[in-house]
Amino acid sequence: MLEIDVEKQLRDFKLEVKSEVANGEILMLVGDNGCGKTTLLNLIAGLISPDSGRIALDGRPLYDSDLRIRVAPEVRNIGYVFQSYALFPHMSVYDNVAFGLRTRRVSRQEIDFLVKDHLEAAGLWEIRRAKAGSISGGQKQRVALARALIIEPQLLLLDEPLSALDVRKQAAMRRDLRERIHSCGVPSIIVTHDLRDVACIGDRACLIEKGKIALSGEASDVMGWGGVPDSERTIPSVSTS
Amino acid sequence: MASNQAKIGYIIRSPERDQEAIGISARAKEMALKMGLALMLILAMAFIALPVASLFIKSPIDATIRSLHDPMVMDALKLSLMTSALTTSIVVLMGTPVAYVNARFHYFGKEIADSLIDLPVIMPPAVAGIALLMAFGRMGILGHYLNAFGISIAFTTLAVVIAQVFVSSPFYIRQARTSFEDVDLAFENAARTLGASRVYTFFHVILPIACNGLISGAIMAFARSLGEFGATIMFAGNFQGRTQTMPLAIYTAMQGDLSVSLCLAMILVIISFVVIVLVKTLTRRMYKNARD
Repeated sequence: MLEIDVEKQLRDFKLEVKSEVANGEILMLVGDNGCGKTTLLNLIAGLISPDSGRIALDGRPLYDSDLRIRVAPEVRNIGYVFQSYALFPHMSVYDNVAFGLRTRRVSRQEIDFLVKDHLEAAGLWEIRRAKAGSISGGQKQRVALARALIIEPQLLLLDEPLSALDVRKQAAMRRDLRERIHSCGVPSIIVTHDLRDVACIGDRACLIEKGKIALSGEASDVMGWGGVPDSERTIPSVSTS
Repeated sequence: MASNQAKIGYIIRSPERDQEAIGISARAKEMALKMGLALMLILAMAFIALPVASLFIKSPIDATIRSLHDPMVMDALKLSLMTSALTTSIVVLMGTPVAYVNARFHYFGKEIADSLIDLPVIMPPAVAGIALLMAFGRMGILGHYLNAFGISIAFTTLAVVIAQVFVSSPFYIRQARTSFEDVDLAFENAARTLGASRVYTFFHVILPIACNGLISGAIMAFARSLGEFGATIMFAGNFQGRTQTMPLAIYTAMQGDLSVSLCLAMILVIISFVVIVLVKTLTRRMYKNARD
């Protein structure tokens, strides 16, 4: 389980988020551009530091301002799929997926076995030698996901994983993404702009406005959020599961 | 009456004729502009090509080949290549971390540090030579203490290398900084979340992505070292086989045997041309990689 209770002063507003994500649960974060969604993912991943608060994963504190704990991003064991996918352009698809295993000094035989397994599962084995910069948007998304999953992360963070794909591919990818994430059984947070992503992929959803959770509920109910007037969007006590 | 009508007809023309006239006038202007630009381009190219071509035309082949066996030419060529290679290695080793820090981090006095790094580019080489002499010369600020330990830098091969490092390092550091800035921060962040330390990330992700730009910067620094004259002659002197690099040898030979001077000049032109071709090829590859 992921527990978050953090504060960070951003340029225009203060990010204040308190929530929990259970194992196997997919939490969808929706909100306007610049409302703090990606910043929240970066705080959890350890790429930036909160001003205060606590982040814990399965009871292990990753950040605790009171105890002065700040675990470095490389030892948090978090799978992060970036919005641009951030595939290393000088490496092949195979080397991109193997990267996280090589940093963990896994043996070559085991790397070969695991990479083949993940690339075949994602339908990417045929293009394993292709340079990451030369493959299509859909393939990049699957490589980025395979690269994040192969390290057997304790938490998955995905920043707008479908935004770079064309509309026709998105529908198929939503199903694929949900199945692959659920098969891991770890808490997952997905940032998106698209309410269809929330309804198709997520279990629970939070609407972020100016750094605060403005609405929270079941992902299946999210389509009704569009009719909620701004005046009623008060910050509720965040439901946790 | 008829002549009046003709006059009026001339003044009040039909719109079709007006448009035609405007079209012809615009085409003429465009043509004149194109010809003017072409002329300027030809003049600019001739201005650069003529001296270079003259160098080759005025050098008798047999005398040039003979000059290649001249000890002065061989000594200068060996010394120049050796010192420039050493200089480039030092600049790359010391300049890479500096360029990375300046590209990625903000610190107090960064603007001053940046200006200081660029200073040797705009500083006249002769001024650089005197400045180095005042710092590392026998009576210099640091040289004074070194001299007490029996270490003398000025007028040695080491002085040649120091002068070259001083004048060529900005060329590498500036290019390397731009190359590091061009590496998307997301690559670095992705590597960190995948378990890579800062050092592992630098060597396995950032350096390979920025590598074409770094090589291009190193080639520019090498070329600048090879052509260095002013600071070297002021700080290292002009001693054959010890501090007399190719530009210094050209200057010395000019006062005696012109064919030796021409031979050295041709070698430098050929090396410069190869450097330009290499830099352009690598820069093209760098931009192609960035686009991908």
